[in-house]
Amino acid sequence: MARVSPILIVAIDPADHALLAPLIRPLSGTFGADVDVAKGMSLDGSFALNVSRNQYASTSLITALLERFEDFNGKILGVTSGDLFVPVLTYVFGEAQLDGKVAVVSSHRLRDDFYGLEPDPSLLRLRFLKESVHELGHAFGLLHCHDYLCVMHSSTGVEEIDIKTEKLCTECQTRLASSVR
Amino acid sequence: MANNQKVVQSSILIVDDELSVRDSLSKWFKEDGYRVGAAENANRALALMNEGPWDVILLDIKMPGMDGLELQKRLREIDKSASIIMVTAFGAVDSAVQALKEGAFDYVTKPVDPEHLSHLVQNALRTKKLTDENWRLRQQMSELSGVEEIVGESQQMTKVVDLAKTVAQTDTTVMIRGESGTGKELVARTIHANSARRFFPIITVNCGAVPETLLESELFGHEKGAFTGAQYRRKGKFEMADGGTIFLDEIGTISQKMQVQLLRVLETKQFARVGGNEIISSDFRVICATNRDLEAAIGEGSFREDLYYRLNVFTIFIPPLRERRVDIPPLVNHFVQKYATMMNKPTVGIDTEAMDLLIRNRWPGNVRELENVIERAMVLAKPPAIKPSDLPFQLSQAQNSVEEGDELLISMEKVHIARVLEKHSWNITHSAEALGIDRVTLYSKISKYGLKKP
Repeated sequence: MARVSPILIVAIDPADHALLAPLIRPLSGTFGADVDVAKGMSLDGSFALNVSRNQYASTSLITALLERFEDFNGKILGVTSGDLFVPVLTYVFGEAQLDGKVAVVSSHRLRDDFYGLEPDPSLLRLRFLKESVHELGHAFGLLHCHDYLCVMHSSTGVEEIDIKTEKLCTECQTRLASSVR
Repeated sequence: MANNQKVVQSSILIVDDELSVRDSLSKWFKEDGYRVGAAENANRALALMNEGPWDVILLDIKMPGMDGLELQKRLREIDKSASIIMVTAFGAVDSAVQALKEGAFDYVTKPVDPEHLSHLVQNALRTKKLTDENWRLRQQMSELSGVEEIVGESQQMTKVVDLAKTVAQTDTTVMIRGESGTGKELVARTIHANSARRFFPIITVNCGAVPETLLESELFGHEKGAFTGAQYRRKGKFEMADGGTIFLDEIGTISQKMQVQLLRVLETKQFARVGGNEIISSDFRVICATNRDLEAAIGEGSFREDLYYRLNVFTIFIPPLRERRVDIPPLVNHFVQKYATMMNKPTVGIDTEAMDLLIRNRWPGNVRELENVIERAMVLAKPPAIKPSDLPFQLSQAQNSVEEGDELLISMEKVHIARVLEKHSWNITHSAEALGIDRVTLYSKISKYGLKKP
């Protein structure tokens, strides 16, 4: 696959920084892009906190990342441990500009302890990878996929995230290849 | 298959005065591959209906100007099939319930659980797809089971069609009376086709054509082994007509024994198959027909009075063709067209003389006989038109015929004068002498009756 525009992973505090580095290799493999973590450039997400909901407005975070990395010629993946929302929905796992520059993803609802279960770090890393690929997929122009094993399959709960793989199906790979060509 | 490759893209219209709601929902649904439209108020939503059809409409209840409830009514007037999901703020459930009563598919309260919204929209789409498919199938079925049009311009036939369409809206038992060949079954099918039962079968039983010994099994069905030759269980016509209509033709011919059984079934809508004990219920509407004088049959004791009153709830009388000759030209043209298509022949016309012959004929076999004559003529006819020689009778026969039952002196006079004129080769003097009238009177009568020299 031809090398495409690079992907920069940016922490949005509050963030679980330990989740960032494990994303580099698989994201690079999936998108055929150079992937790096923006060290010392994390964004303070407190401005996007909606106090009454105790959630962060994901659209505001996207806007802030766009401004902060205006000159960066690639895709930005903002990662946070804060709970994300868009006004009409109770929560979102992440949000992306469809065929755009920025995607954000949250680990908040991917943790088993959120659901009263024992923490499972390896499962959290896998779920976080899947949602990161998913939101970046939207930034690369991919839509939701009917193949329930494809990472672009729409997931509104962790059960669905656990069913799907971290991989793109053949059709989504083809579409990605044509979109980055 | 990826949504990206969806052949038919489902569409969603979002109507909400809050920009953030419109934007976030638009983005959310676009990621799912939907075609998305967004409107900030009722006027914009109504304008966007021109870019429809929209499969699902997400409609905010509280908006400045026209609210969601009022807009729902307006949208329904434009597109009845769209699934409307009301979006309401917490605590405005009363309005949402009102919307449901007025036909909304469902409602959600802001903020919406994404999982719930996703399933709700998918259910709305699935329901709409099934509803649309159901409508299409009904249309197709309606076309396939469509009955032939009743052709007729006379006042009598206009009244028959009006009565048929009126009574079709009810479940009333209908008795259709008229001579053989007048189109009683066609009227029965018209009633069925215009009734709420039209999506279920119309089952026709020609009571006169089925031997008495078989009629019971034909109507009620039989169990395996009920009689010699009953190798399988068989449904009867009443069972087959469940949900639809049973048309009992030539009802006047059934035996006294069958009359008793039929009366019981009509009263209870329940029966048992021949040789069986299981009571079967069937929901059918009864239309029957006869060309027999049932009142006379009651007088003779051959037809039960109680069955007569059970059947004779609403009567439609179809007049014989000879009493509505104005219907003959349109019927002729209809049959010419029909057989030209069936025989793959070029459309031919019918010349004036041949039409005149057809109009004058007495048609004891009514429309059925007329149709047969036209079918025969279409076999023989050469373009451009059907000629008198293509018809199986000649002018003199037609002209000289007197309708059966036509006891008017004036009709006899016309026929008699025509015969005398023909006998004397249209010599007026000799004919007048033979008739015992003067020549002026004869000329006057020739003109009055429209008699023409062949």
